[in-house]
Amino acid sequence: MTETIDQIFVILKHWLVGHVPTAVEPIVSELLSVVPIILLFPLLFALITVMERKGLGRIQNRYGPNRVGPCGILQPIADGIKTLTKENIVPHSADKVVHLLAPLLLVMATFLGYAVLPVGRNMVAANMDAGVLFFFAVGSMTELSVFMAGWSSRNKYSLLGAMRAIAQMISYEVPLILSSVTVIMAAGTLSTVSIVEQQSGYTGIFPHWFVFTPWGFAGFVLFMIAATAESNRSPFDLPEGESELIAGYYTEYSGFKFALFFLAEYLGMMSISGMAITLFLGGWAAPLSFLTWIPSYLWFFGKLFFFIAGFIWIRGTLPRLRMDQLMNFAWKFMLPMALINLVTAGVWRFMPTGILRWLVCSAMVVAPYVLLGRGFMLGKRLEKRTYRFAD
Amino acid sequence: MPDFLPAPIIESRVDDPTKDRTMVLNMGPQHPSTHGVLRLVLEIDGETVNRIVPDIGYLHTGIEKTCEAKFYQQVVPLTDRIDYLSPMSNNLCYCLAVEKLLQIEIPPRAQWTRVLLNELTRLASHLVWLGTHAMDIGALTVFLYTFREREEILKIFEMISGQRMMTSYFRIGGLALEPPLDFYSRVQAILRILPEKIDQYSNLLTGNPIFYNRLKGVGHLSAANGIALGVTGPPLRASGVDWDLRRDKPYSSYEKFQFDVPTSTDGDVWARYLVRLLEMRESLKICQQALDGMPDGPIKADAPKVVLPEREKMKTQMEALIFHFKIVTEGFAVPAGEVYQAIESPRGEMGYYVVSDGTAKPYRVHMRNPSFATLQALETMCKGRMLADVVAVIGSIDIVLGEIDR
Repeated sequence: MTETIDQIFVILKHWLVGHVPTAVEPIVSELLSVVPIILLFPLLFALITVMERKGLGRIQNRYGPNRVGPCGILQPIADGIKTLTKENIVPHSADKVVHLLAPLLLVMATFLGYAVLPVGRNMVAANMDAGVLFFFAVGSMTELSVFMAGWSSRNKYSLLGAMRAIAQMISYEVPLILSSVTVIMAAGTLSTVSIVEQQSGYTGIFPHWFVFTPWGFAGFVLFMIAATAESNRSPFDLPEGESELIAGYYTEYSGFKFALFFLAEYLGMMSISGMAITLFLGGWAAPLSFLTWIPSYLWFFGKLFFFIAGFIWIRGTLPRLRMDQLMNFAWKFMLPMALINLVTAGVWRFMPTGILRWLVCSAMVVAPYVLLGRGFMLGKRLEKRTYRFAD
Repeated sequence: MPDFLPAPIIESRVDDPTKDRTMVLNMGPQHPSTHGVLRLVLEIDGETVNRIVPDIGYLHTGIEKTCEAKFYQQVVPLTDRIDYLSPMSNNLCYCLAVEKLLQIEIPPRAQWTRVLLNELTRLASHLVWLGTHAMDIGALTVFLYTFREREEILKIFEMISGQRMMTSYFRIGGLALEPPLDFYSRVQAILRILPEKIDQYSNLLTGNPIFYNRLKGVGHLSAANGIALGVTGPPLRASGVDWDLRRDKPYSSYEKFQFDVPTSTDGDVWARYLVRLLEMRESLKICQQALDGMPDGPIKADAPKVVLPEREKMKTQMEALIFHFKIVTEGFAVPAGEVYQAIESPRGEMGYYVVSDGTAKPYRVHMRNPSFATLQALETMCKGRMLADVVAVIGSIDIVLGEIDR
């Protein structure tokens, strides 16, 4: 019974595919994988916008949307109607073709990433051998569209935003990929499905997730920091830093094109969280062995919402970094940490199982963190406060 | 180029346009972080700022000129609109200046209430500063927290004067109305909650490494430069000049209060942040002392030709009715002369220069506004820094555009 519920969507798909002629079977099969993704994730996006606005509202001592539908749950529909009926303003001097293409390309690129995300057992649109590689390859397409948007708008703020976005995304892609390479080294495969399957065992009741190893934990933290920067979320929201650049690269976008940028931002956030779940948190696997009766896709989406809640929390709490600090952080802290983490993963792979392996690898993770942290703060140590009171 | 075109605010310093690596960026008057309608023209090289020229005048209201057409007592509501975040300070400064010309004695209770309300104004103004400053840095949440507490202070203003922001509560010769019955207990309630709320903001910001790194060492202003540019108030004290008019040139019986003047020698945005935060705590101290030692007595000076009589007297006594009629219809004559009165507003030294020609209308009213002078220091503080630092510096100098443009 649990098996049926777990596989219900897969069974449904096979049943549907069985009804069509053999000639169109592969096409229908693919369509049945693609259409749910295209329907489901924008729906999730709508839900998450409400969740974010209400969550931020709670953090900020206000209500958030509560007028449209029960508890404001229908707010995204109202927003959708609003953006669709708004005038589409294109600046007179803008490069109109590129201006139009940029949001389309961005949404397309972010959707492509979902092809390799396993959202449940046997639930992946394309089980590629090079799945992780594919994910990062299409992920870097977003940089192109961001720059297209910034350049074609002919607006100085857009241009500055695009410049920041390019610098930030390229810089953080390096630690992002390097931190996931550790997982690929340990799993010995680039296929997302195989990576999840390798984490599906349990010791006692605890799972074999990669995040529960020293290198895995360090890799996970690095991955998440880089992912926050990749998806332009606070505190790395410099490309659209409202107080400095108004809206960054999409300053000149209005109406539905703006909504597409918004959609792409959240889709990117979800897809990169999904990748983090796949790589480090056991994908669809249950966190404790006696919870495996809950369907796998529910675990995946539960973990996804956990990540989204984290993103929202961070947005409500932290201020924004400055460009040079952002770059310093990427190249002087994240990159060395990711490289050292690679070595740690190698040592872990070849040392015999036991307490010694834990000690050595933990030391290899903590020592550079402390040393780099010291070095990073060098020269700007938190000094004793120098204010004084008048006599 | 034809003569009738306005000259560009920033002209390129390179003759050959192909070798010009800089870009001129127009920031404002509609920009999220220029605090009103300030327009900045920046010459930037990548993200580095080479030159900044503030372009002011978008909020020019002609208040200074309007004052010359009003009776002395009619000017008070105009002063609210100068620095709309600290109306009580403006009222006080103008009233003190005219009272100095008239040489009338203000009863102690009126003076103490003025001090109390001024410090509440300082708190309200600093709360706005803290919220908007943190929002410029990117911490949105603090803004909503500070506005929650500011609202409580504004409710007190509404209670005592009928208005949240444009209070016009101080009058020449005293206060407009007797404070309502539970006024003091309401103030006491706010004084009780505010210290822990300030701790809360401090917890969110002071210990945050991102916030620290964004502020520390940014927008440095040396004491000498600060004095030369006419900077006053918290920005100057953060540069190490220990100068507070409340203590050094006391007015309205500030000499009877004990408080510290926080200063710092760092002169950067972080120092300004700390100084203002400490100033809020000092203001709380002053408010508490004002509440505890509030003297008894009238709230208006004994000057029947200047101060409107009480309603009761006006209806029963002939003289009071005549004075009331004369003050309302033809104002009161102020002896000829000129006076400069300065007070410590939340933003620095606010001065009113009033010239009287012996009639019932001022010959000239000029305001010396702290924001106007502080804005001149912007280029000194931002040169060679990054674009994001400009936003941090604008937040730290806490300008109000109504004050700059008058």
